Amino acid sequence: MVCQSPIIELHDLRFAWPKQDLLLDIAEFTVQPQQRVFLKGPSGSGKTTLLGLLGGVQLPQSGCIKLLGQDLSQLSASARDRFRVDHSGFIFQQFNLLPFLSVLDNVVLPCQFSKLRKQRASIRHGSIEAAAQALLQQLGLARQLHSKQAGELSIGQQQRVAAARALIGQPELVIADEPTSALDADSREAFLQLLFSECAAADASLLFVSHDQSLATLFDRSIDLSQLNRAMREQEV
Amino acid sequence: MHLLRIALRSLNNRRFTALLTIFAIALSMALLLAVERVRTEARSSFASTISSTDLIVGARSGSVNLLLYSVFRIGNATNNIRWTSFEHFAQHPQVQWAVPLSLGDSHHGYRVLGTSEDYFNHYQYSRKKHLALAQGRFFTDQAPFEVVLGAEVANALDYKLGQELVLAHGVATVSLVKHDDKPFTVVGILQRTGTPVDHTLHIALAGMEALHIDWQHGAPAYGRQKISAEQALQMDLQPKEITAMLVGLKSRMATFAVQREINQWRGEPLLAILPGVALQELWSLMGTAEKALFVVSLFVVLTGLIGMLTAILTSLNERRREMAILRSVGARPWHIASLLILEAFTLAFVGILAGVAFLYLGIAIAQAPLQSHYGLHLAFSAPTVHEWQLLGAVLAVGVLIGAIPAWRAYRQSLADGLNIRL
Repeated sequence: MVCQSPIIELHDLRFAWPKQDLLLDIAEFTVQPQQRVFLKGPSGSGKTTLLGLLGGVQLPQSGCIKLLGQDLSQLSASARDRFRVDHSGFIFQQFNLLPFLSVLDNVVLPCQFSKLRKQRASIRHGSIEAAAQALLQQLGLARQLHSKQAGELSIGQQQRVAAARALIGQPELVIADEPTSALDADSREAFLQLLFSECAAADASLLFVSHDQSLATLFDRSIDLSQLNRAMREQEV
Repeated sequence: MHLLRIALRSLNNRRFTALLTIFAIALSMALLLAVERVRTEARSSFASTISSTDLIVGARSGSVNLLLYSVFRIGNATNNIRWTSFEHFAQHPQVQWAVPLSLGDSHHGYRVLGTSEDYFNHYQYSRKKHLALAQGRFFTDQAPFEVVLGAEVANALDYKLGQELVLAHGVATVSLVKHDDKPFTVVGILQRTGTPVDHTLHIALAGMEALHIDWQHGAPAYGRQKISAEQALQMDLQPKEITAMLVGLKSRMATFAVQREINQWRGEPLLAILPGVALQELWSLMGTAEKALFVVSLFVVLTGLIGMLTAILTSLNERRREMAILRSVGARPWHIASLLILEAFTLAFVGILAGVAFLYLGIAIAQAPLQSHYGLHLAFSAPTVHEWQLLGAVLAVGVLIGAIPAWRAYRQSLADGLNIRL
């Protein structure tokens, strides 16, 4: 599926938590299909809130937030939940997995909640389990690990499982929130390279949020959230 | 379906708390069911303390009073009835059999019942069960100084056949006046019945008469006026008075007519009662305690379920990450809520199942001792409709209680969204 409209499109987005100061004020921000974007976000820059908006968990007070051309504020809360899982995969800082499920069960989780991703995964690999196994293998997780409990894996292995989960069923967008911060420098690069190649294989855009500027050079684009966010700039001035 | 799988795995991950919760629910459920069974069984066993007797006749007092002293050996008769009255009604055309009862003496706190051989033929309890001997034989009317012991008397006082014992005048545990000049010989020991018969010593009416033959004005004789056992045997031991009588009729249809006839008889002020009716009256007095027990066990079940609520609510905070992860992979807030409802359902369901298992285990262990000591027969039967209703109600309340953490998790997952809070 080739989508000509931008993957992410923000216009004049303004957001504040109830009874709090304006936290986000973004004039313009877009991510094109298959783009790899580095978003530098120091803590307190509204990074987590922005991810919540992109996930459709919160809605902005004003302005427009579009994913694949779909205005999220036009959708009901449950439709946004469905839209999120259909079109995006999330990787968090650490402890991404449900420790009591097996590695394989963790990877197929999005397919349990999204018919679209289940369908795509099955079409490409025959079954969702086969899709999960293929992804895990490509991410360097040997077959004997697949049936292990997720909690038994090392942090680095867990992050790769999380990447497989974000990628299964080919969502158009992968949002990674500091996925490498718990890894050491060598594995960080290796993890990124794997993530890049898998995103490319799945034709997915990658929005990578981190405070670690050293990684920025590896991406197509690098943006500083504190520059993007006018609410932050005003505070600094 | 996959939600149930996740819920089960998540529970399995917290299996220690989960097992404790299940155990608490199971115990409380087993208690509730046991109380319910014992209650039902006690009611029916109480109602069958005496059966196949159509009327109990005594001096005019209250029906419960008459039932208490004649059947349960509790309290005393306000008055005796004349032997001639007994004979009068024993020969009544509608009466098939009549058994005299004479009370008033005791042995180590156990009541002594003076009666006739017929008592062993006609007294029935439970579902038409006759009294049966564990050892020895019944006494005969011709031998006044023989005694047949109830099972509990023999067991508690450790009496054997052939042993001699001395009865005491009056019914107090510590009696000052003993009939030590006229000892009785144990000739038989009855099997356990679970009725007041177990706590009774049975002697012939003649024996009862012999004990008191030399008494004057309610006090034992002294010196020369004393009559020895041997002398008493030579005398006429026909009693002048008895305490009450059990009556069996030829036709049940005549019960009310005969009852009215006895109650209105001009020869002596008498009272005839229907044991079944009087038993019910008595049970309704004790029913309050039984209901209280039931209510208490309901509260115990509630406590068990609140334990479950506490366990789930406590886990909720630690599981915020789990919720956020599920949200990030597309779970809607109602998925999260159903997950917790499923969890509560699982805990309650398994708890209830285990409770039923505990109940049957308990019955298996306690069946024999309960039967012999209290005459309670707990059957190994499938749950009754009422019990199914109880099980269903507890499950429903469990799920309803599960709605509290579900609601909290729903709100929490709306607020937290994808934030993984550590």
